[in-house]
Amino acid sequence: MTTRIDRRFARLKEENRPALVTYFMGGDPDYETSLSIMKALPAAGSDVIELGMPFSDPMADGPAIQAAGLRALKSGQTLAKTLQMARDFREGDDDTPIVMMGYYNPIYIYGVERFLSDAKEAGIDGLIIVDLPPEMDQELCVPAIKAGLNFIRLATPTTDEERLPKVLENTSGFVYYVSMTGVTGSALPDTNNVSAAVSRIKEHTDLPICVGFGVKTARQAKAIGEAADGVVVGSAIVAAIAQCYDDNGKRIEDPAEAVATLVKGLADGVRSRQMA
Amino acid sequence: MTAPMEPNSFRIGPDDEGMYGIFGGRFVAETLMPLILDLEKHWNAAKDEPAFRAELDHLGRHYTGRPSPLYFAERLTEHLGGAKIYFKREDLNHTGSHKINNCLGQILLAKRMGKTRIIAETGAGQHGVASATVAARFGLPCIVYMGATDVERQKPNVFRMNLLGAEVKPVSSGHGTLKDAMNEALRDWVTNVEDTYYLIGTAAGPHPYPELVRDLQSVIGTEAREQIQELEGRLPDAIVAAVGGGSNAIGLFHPFLDDRQVAIHGVEAGGHGLAGDEHCASMTAGRPGVLHGNRTYLLQNDDGQILDGHSVSAGLDYPGVGPEHSWLKDSGRVIYSPILDEEAIEAFQMTTRLEGIIPALESAHAIAHAIKLAPTMGRDQIMIVNFSGRGDKDVHTVGKMLGMEM
Ligand SMILES: Cc1ncc(COP(=O)(O)O)c(C=O)c1O
Repeated sequence: MTTRIDRRFARLKEENRPALVTYFMGGDPDYETSLSIMKALPAAGSDVIELGMPFSDPMADGPAIQAAGLRALKSGQTLAKTLQMARDFREGDDDTPIVMMGYYNPIYIYGVERFLSDAKEAGIDGLIIVDLPPEMDQELCVPAIKAGLNFIRLATPTTDEERLPKVLENTSGFVYYVSMTGVTGSALPDTNNVSAAVSRIKEHTDLPICVGFGVKTARQAKAIGEAADGVVVGSAIVAAIAQCYDDNGKRIEDPAEAVATLVKGLADGVRSRQMA
Repeated sequence: MTAPMEPNSFRIGPDDEGMYGIFGGRFVAETLMPLILDLEKHWNAAKDEPAFRAELDHLGRHYTGRPSPLYFAERLTEHLGGAKIYFKREDLNHTGSHKINNCLGQILLAKRMGKTRIIAETGAGQHGVASATVAARFGLPCIVYMGATDVERQKPNVFRMNLLGAEVKPVSSGHGTLKDAMNEALRDWVTNVEDTYYLIGTAAGPHPYPELVRDLQSVIGTEAREQIQELEGRLPDAIVAAVGGGSNAIGLFHPFLDDRQVAIHGVEAGGHGLAGDEHCASMTAGRPGVLHGNRTYLLQNDDGQILDGHSVSAGLDYPGVGPEHSWLKDSGRVIYSPILDEEAIEAFQMTTRLEGIIPALESAHAIAHAIKLAPTMGRDQIMIVNFSGRGDKDVHTVGKMLGMEM
């Protein structure tokens, strides 16, 4: 069974270039604005969309994404609305893969079976759930695979040789290599480490490997793109949205335009280096 | 939810995956997974090793001051006219609460694992003080995350931590209480994986922490069980403890779990009452969910977002509870009830006036429940209350509530 994610990476392989994977927080700062941002992403050069599900206690996120989640929750975002956002997006785009990213509890409370069937119906292609390591696969990973969704796993610098096969076992779509130990949005390590890590993971899997956590500029995106099959950008996008509002929450710039400009730059960076 | 079948023993959990029935587990980011597996390995090796136990016992005796007395609260008993009330005096421990029992065990483990930096979260500041204390004693740097709200209401403990050489980092996300401090500690750990030991302060978090902390705190119940048999020639009819994350409670309860004749009562923070959101009674008023590495009863809304809750007692101001308590609740072995802020304040005053002992507000919750229970029991019956900590840290809070000039 191929998914939108499989098809997208197959096409990029033909085009011989890495993917730009963009993360934003669903409902930040409000539903309509967030949907307009989502709709602007593909044209700006995003190949895969990560749709953030806000959670009150994002233990693995840095300040930028923490704040985005709180803004979204404050404006009334719920898991049901995040699914609706994907549905609305799908009315105009049936090709761009959507991966929902977040924490387990809102899904657990929504109900795993109900969530999987609603997500599938809404046009979701994959899931990244930060607090579900392979040890917890029976919770959501195994049911998600049965439902035809990709379960994308994070591999990290602490995932050693012995553990890697376990992490990759039920992973599909792509592997998300977290390029450093730390929360989202921290400083990027040097690209030498990244390319060594990517080679190490490649010995265990044929899946595409995307690298993220800390990529902010087009130059960094280009450098990471030389080592990996995809570059994930999150905090920089979320920060760009925040900067469209002044201290009183008044809108001073159009967030969809600001994000499109940023993503175009990142996409140019990623595409400027054709893969060998 | 269907009640689990009554097990042969209530003392066998968790299973190999760290589960107590549906509760517990290891819901952590991949970065932390190798670390908690490593911790589990080291703990399993250390816990039954005679040399490790001997060092811990020695420190317990000579540093903490164990065993802590089991004190007959004669005037309180007389006043209430029911069951004989005994206090298990964890307030007399070095640093003033039960938290030191856990910290000594974990710092020995940290040393064993070659870790060189200690991080901890704290609510009331008691765990922060105990962590800073053992870090000083063993010469390791210590960083304590503390909610900004708690920094304000537990000032004396902030000074103590600073004096002990620890760095207190105020956390202003959320309501600035224990939950937020725990998030920030986890963020630190995920960043500093090589050298850092996360010294968690309660019987919660990902496996093996709930089991590890329980084992270290079980010294409370083990001693109490021996002491009461020495004093009274039999086991108590009831035991009572306050439940924040649940470490002092599970420490008292665990050795008694298979003594079916002993009624076991856990006391949650009822705050301003369970009708609104101003309480921390996660088991009485919450439902199972996943937070901070484990599945357990949580205060949350219909979208699975965690609520902040409220308690006059900073140490009980946590929207979750250790997973073993959730399991003990569903299995029916332990009865959990809420106590309101005002009831705790009343118990605080009554204990101070009648016994000349100032209890921590957390412990005052347990005493308040004992005050309700005792008159319903016969004069020949016996009850043990876990006096988890001393109340010096709370004098300011209580004084303000009573309208005293501070
Ligand atoms: C004196 C005292 N008792 C009880 C508690 C509650 O914690 P736990 O439920 O882990 O015992 C605290 C927490 O700070 C405390 O300081």
